[in-house]
Amino acid sequence: MSLLIKNGRVVDPGNDVDAQLDLFIDRGIIAETGAGLELEADEVVDAAGKLVVPGLIDIHVHLRDPGLEYKEDIASGTLAAVAGGFTAVACMPNTQPVNDNLAVTRYIQARAGEVGHCRVYPIAAITRGLKGESLTEMGELSENGVVGFSDDGRPVENGSVMRRALEYVRPFGAPIISHAEELSLVGDGVMNEGFVATELGLKGIPWVAEDAMIARDVMLAELTGGRLHVAHISTRGGVEIVRQAKKRGVRVTCEATPHHFTLTDEAVRGYDTNAKMNPPLRSEDDLAAIREGLADGTIDAIATDHAPHHFDEKNVEFNLALNGIVGLETALPLTLKLVEEKVIDLKRAIALLTCGPAGALGLAGGSLAKGQPADVTVIDPDLEWTVEPEKLHSRSKNSPFGGWRMKGAAVATIVGGNVAFRREG
Amino acid sequence: MSFGHKHILGIEQLSREDIFYILDTAESFKEINTREIKKVPTLRGKTIINLFFEASTRTRTSFEIAGKRLSADTINISASSSSVVKGETLEDTARNIEAMHPDIIVMRHGASGAPHYLAERLDCSVVNAGDGAHEHPSQALLDLFTMREKKGRLEGLEVAIVGDITHSRVARSNLYALTRVGARVRLSGPGTMLPPGIDRLGATVCDSLEAAVEGADVVMMLRIQLERQSRGGPLLPSLREYSRFYGLTPEKLKLARPDALVMHPGPMNRGVEIASSVADGPQNVILDQVENGVAVRMALLYLVAGGEAPANE
Ligand SMILES: [Zn+2]
Ligand SMILES: [Zn+2]
Repeated sequence: MSLLIKNGRVVDPGNDVDAQLDLFIDRGIIAETGAGLELEADEVVDAAGKLVVPGLIDIHVHLRDPGLEYKEDIASGTLAAVAGGFTAVACMPNTQPVNDNLAVTRYIQARAGEVGHCRVYPIAAITRGLKGESLTEMGELSENGVVGFSDDGRPVENGSVMRRALEYVRPFGAPIISHAEELSLVGDGVMNEGFVATELGLKGIPWVAEDAMIARDVMLAELTGGRLHVAHISTRGGVEIVRQAKKRGVRVTCEATPHHFTLTDEAVRGYDTNAKMNPPLRSEDDLAAIREGLADGTIDAIATDHAPHHFDEKNVEFNLALNGIVGLETALPLTLKLVEEKVIDLKRAIALLTCGPAGALGLAGGSLAKGQPADVTVIDPDLEWTVEPEKLHSRSKNSPFGGWRMKGAAVATIVGGNVAFRREG
Repeated sequence: MSFGHKHILGIEQLSREDIFYILDTAESFKEINTREIKKVPTLRGKTIINLFFEASTRTRTSFEIAGKRLSADTINISASSSSVVKGETLEDTARNIEAMHPDIIVMRHGASGAPHYLAERLDCSVVNAGDGAHEHPSQALLDLFTMREKKGRLEGLEVAIVGDITHSRVARSNLYALTRVGARVRLSGPGTMLPPGIDRLGATVCDSLEAAVEGADVVMMLRIQLERQSRGGPLLPSLREYSRFYGLTPEKLKLARPDALVMHPGPMNRGVEIASSVADGPQNVILDQVENGVAVRMALLYLVAGGEAPANE
């Protein structure tokens, strides 16, 4: 099976390419790139006026499978991924049972092989049962395709355990992914601490709860030489700590979510539980800092923290609502919006969704070089659409962007040379 | 004018005109409470449900009396605030209640925003009787009513509010109401109990009780929750220390204007936030607050039910 993508604007930041080029895919591999390719193909995609970019990679999603399939499963989650333009996702281990052993990892890989629409890279737990006490078998898990370790949803509270994890993981290459929260500072807060929380009478979570933990983990990475990746960074202080650490040569990377560079805690007004997440939506100043970090390279990747929850889990008092939103199908237009707002240029935007995340976790992909697996996303940057949560492909509909006008969408998502998603109309 | 609000979710939604309209309406109802037969047929045939997820004998009783004096059928439902423990969600509760076809639900809930949740989903009017640390509008209105009654005005009054501002819905509602009618508000309390940005709501934050009370026309003391310790860390070293720095004693009260009113939303911790001699002293209007509460709540129920204030002659 061969595929020719013609007349598109190829933006491949990992290879410093931005040009009008054709792409010839043969047997799942990028066989040829060049202007005006005259090659016979089984299928021809006319990409005139479209962007042709490496398949987008989301290194932070919750697929809820095994165990919580009423929220999402590997089939529905990966369908949402390809609809959003993603050809690969890395999934967090807070499933039931927790992905803290090879059996669960193999289940995820097998299910992804059977029903998945895109590549699925498992992330395993740092500690058994996410309890923060004993380490998982990181060596064997790494050998078997686990791409990172995280107790996401919870920080590793005990500093010594985090230290040992960073030390132990060093020879195996995969990073330790920090969900940075100092829980004693979080207390029983349910949204960002600040004026809005004061007005709404909701308990606040101070930014320093995140900064303090990022600082600890960065210092532990420095001490141990282990690789650290900071998940969903959301504060000015956090960005600054990573920026300084990178200058010192610490092996640290970080990601930011579309909601943290798009929304502030103002979105909580009206007690909208779709604006309840962890870390919470922050202040205008934090949002500006995230945008600066995306622009200057401090932040390596955009990741969605796609966190599906059932309607009933959000349709409750704000205090009781679960944290998180679905993000796979809104990430691309929200990132392109940064280009429109001149926060970053198009190349940087695509880098943050492709080679950036691939580099952070050491994944294959994120490149359109000849000989690479043919993971390609064709984007219509001008397509305007309105977010209707009930029409999202994810099983859950918990999006704070319902009713938003968006510009830009994936029109074809190609995984390993096969068209995994095509937008009709 | 007529009252344009179906729900009373907070003072935040009310304009200065709305507030005076409610106070004027309450004034006309106050007289009923002193009659021999304390009942008017105004809300006959209407059903009011007092839905209390948090125990509050005072507020519930006050609303209940208010409803009964207007001849409404009032039903009290107490539920556990952590209804999830019983497996029933707030939405389930709401549906069950809606099946009873109430005209007004008076709701007290431990979660901020819970009455907003109900108001969005039900057809009837919702009156917030206190939600989490957010608002307690009827309390603020009865406080204003009492101040106006005793001082003859609201504009220009200097009002000190002292205590746990962070967790106090009374403080928030009073702050909105007082600043809207032209009074000036000073707040004081331990640093652990002053929420960030509160000054942006138009209050002056004072470092000490003394600074807040000095020259004040009204001193409002808030109840300190004896059990108030947060998961985020201790908020007070001890009640002894609290009473020393933030308790209202006769000596500290002398800093206020000689005719200053002493208010408290109740129930009081005597000897903690307020000395007994102050609580029982000549300046206290604490029982007037309770009495006026009924009239103000009658006004609220009447107005959300679509009534119009009697013409002011
Ligand atoms: Zn997390
Ligand atoms: Zn997550």
